[in-house]
Amino acid sequence: MTQQVLAKQVQEVFARFSDGVVEDQRVGYQGYIVAPEHLLDFARALRDECGYDYLTTVTGVDYLADGKMEVVYHAFKTLGGPALEFKVQTNRQNPIVPSLALIYPSAELQEREIWDLFGIRFEGHPDLRRILLWEGFYGHPLRKDWKEPYFEEVAKPFKSRFPDGKVYRAEDKHPLKDNIDFPEGFDPAKWEAEGDAALYKALTNIPGADEPGIKTEQIILNFGPQHPSTHGVFRMAVLLDGETIVNLKHVLGYLHRNHEKIGERNTYIQNMPFTDRLDYITSMSNNFGYAVAVEKLMGIQPPERAEYLRVMMAEFTRVISHLMSIGFLLNDLGAFFTPMMYALEEREMILDVFEAVSGSRMMCNYFRFGGVAHDVPDYIFDKIKGLVFERLPRRVDEIDAYLTKNEIIRARCEGVGVLTPEQAIALGVSGPLLRGSGVPYDIRRAEPYSIYDRLDFDVVFTEHGDVYDRYLVRLEEIRQSIRILQQVVKQMPEGPIQIGKSTYQVKVPPGEAYGRVEAPKGELGFYLVSDGKPNPYRYHVRSPSFVNLGALAPMSIGSKVADAVVNLGSIDIVLGEVDR
Amino acid sequence: MTGLAILRGLWITLKRLIMTYVEDFKGGKNRYYTSEGIEARRDYRVRGAITIQYPEEKLPVPERFRYVPFLVYDETPDGERKLRCTSCGICARVCPPQCIWIVRGTDANTGKPIPTPLAFYIDVDVCMNCGMCAEFCPFDSIKMDHDYEIATYDRFAHHIFDLEKLAKSAAYYAKIRPTDYAAEEAVRREKAAKAAQKTEA
Repeated sequence: MTQQVLAKQVQEVFARFSDGVVEDQRVGYQGYIVAPEHLLDFARALRDECGYDYLTTVTGVDYLADGKMEVVYHAFKTLGGPALEFKVQTNRQNPIVPSLALIYPSAELQEREIWDLFGIRFEGHPDLRRILLWEGFYGHPLRKDWKEPYFEEVAKPFKSRFPDGKVYRAEDKHPLKDNIDFPEGFDPAKWEAEGDAALYKALTNIPGADEPGIKTEQIILNFGPQHPSTHGVFRMAVLLDGETIVNLKHVLGYLHRNHEKIGERNTYIQNMPFTDRLDYITSMSNNFGYAVAVEKLMGIQPPERAEYLRVMMAEFTRVISHLMSIGFLLNDLGAFFTPMMYALEEREMILDVFEAVSGSRMMCNYFRFGGVAHDVPDYIFDKIKGLVFERLPRRVDEIDAYLTKNEIIRARCEGVGVLTPEQAIALGVSGPLLRGSGVPYDIRRAEPYSIYDRLDFDVVFTEHGDVYDRYLVRLEEIRQSIRILQQVVKQMPEGPIQIGKSTYQVKVPPGEAYGRVEAPKGELGFYLVSDGKPNPYRYHVRSPSFVNLGALAPMSIGSKVADAVVNLGSIDIVLGEVDR
Repeated sequence: MTGLAILRGLWITLKRLIMTYVEDFKGGKNRYYTSEGIEARRDYRVRGAITIQYPEEKLPVPERFRYVPFLVYDETPDGERKLRCTSCGICARVCPPQCIWIVRGTDANTGKPIPTPLAFYIDVDVCMNCGMCAEFCPFDSIKMDHDYEIATYDRFAHHIFDLEKLAKSAAYYAKIRPTDYAAEEAVRREKAAKAAQKTEA
């Protein structure tokens, strides 16, 4: 199958690398295994000759039993189509892999993440520091032989729960119990975070800074982690010359809980409610991505009605997310809370629907493998129709009239935070950020999943790549989502919502799968490796916010401090998803 | 002219404010602190503010709403409480954050497990309200509650729910989830009828 898709140039490239690139022969695996010494040349050839210019996912897998670690890359064409997957293998004792950060800048952040969580060193990486964990952290948690404090068992369900449940709290096992005072002799005022020195060194290390000219004093300014404009516990360290940003580094991980390790302990179905907590604004879309990935692995397809229900929920989620993003953007500009509240009103209406359908407003846990958990109750269908055909179109027009031509917004947003299409593709950004930069790439069209190939909608994109264009893309995407919703509500077929009976023990054959959906914030992908056991061997979340954050520094360098806040708002991050 | 769009925006804000008062005026006395008032304000036709005055008034939760689980017991005519739970352990196994602890009893004479649980704990600080336990319980025994106001001053003293706190009557369950209850009862009656037929035949 993969072979047929490959164009002529691709075959030529593969012929050239025939000694270093072999097809992955393991059962259930796809793609190619590249020898480390050929990786850079192969990647360059892929990008320049084959059109695989868009590397979205880089992740690692620890194959403890084979004594190997693997780095997995998924590259796409911005023209659309399926992934080209390639892997590099390395040993576990001294794992070193060449860095792709200079060929695909999108790899930079993700390679840092792999170094942090797997301990794979990337040769030639410009700034290889820990990213999610702090510098003093012991070990690399996603290695299979790493165990967390109070480690219980490798996989859930834990035996201590049944049949002889001995109830305990985490605090019972903690040496300090529930005492959260500082340890004796510790003075927080004198404490300096480990790793900050490395951060500031990376921040002030700018090529070409030693050139002759007027020497000005530069200062380092920290935004966050507790700052109202950072949308959560996010920190930016900014190097300033006057009010102009010379360099910017972001610091993540304040909300890190190692979602992926938890996911590997969980059984497949147990991960579903955990995905709700990634991007907590768009839980339905997260469910969608995970369900698509697991179904790919299982080789099943949900029934027709379930597909429609899924798309309906996902598009409602997109409306919510974009509305909130628009509302918050105005907060970042200083228009305190009125537009925000207007956005939240519509959100409340949609959350009423979610609550009636799934039982929860935000943590929906609605999708199951091969269907959805519940059918839509009849009484809420009237509200859905009212929202989709009457209220939402009217309200979106109102927000449009309220904000789009507003002179202050235009003055603050036009020409600010410009990201060129080349930059956007290279940085691997996705979603409205990519489309705002003039790249009409939408996974619903580029690699259709579910029933999107049958629905009528436009891929929205604009050409300037500034904050204002991202706002326009989001606004128009809400309209397109409403258009999809109208079709879905009209065409909603009758029938079952689940293949067979929903079960808590799903059989997942060994293999790997990368399932991705167009979440409101961009490409949400789940990379899963199954070894046939009830819990995934590897569970990786390619979160759109995390990768999109890579665009923050290129957008902000050279602009004023106040614009960095707006740039961050226009990326639209949710820290639950960034930090995972 | 610069500033025109700002003025138009301000007009929209003003319109919303006016619409809120117009609707309040039209709704009359029933607009606030009555259930029909709350329903009217959350309707999609509302043009003004949709604020609900919590905690004086509360949004009614839909039937499917889920909050921390409870255990259903049936009451026999002579007032005895009979837990539906058979301590099969499926809920403890499927629970994503593993916050359910069950002690299964054994018969002292035969050494075989007895169906009623000796103890049943749920740590509600850990519970993520996903509803998996209720979804996969084969005995309709564990269900998700509607009571979401469970905050206390001392979580260490109150937040591990035991059997006594978890057990709620089938009548309560029927009250909060009438549709589910009716459907389950119908299945139960059907099964009982089939079983009766079998014994007759």
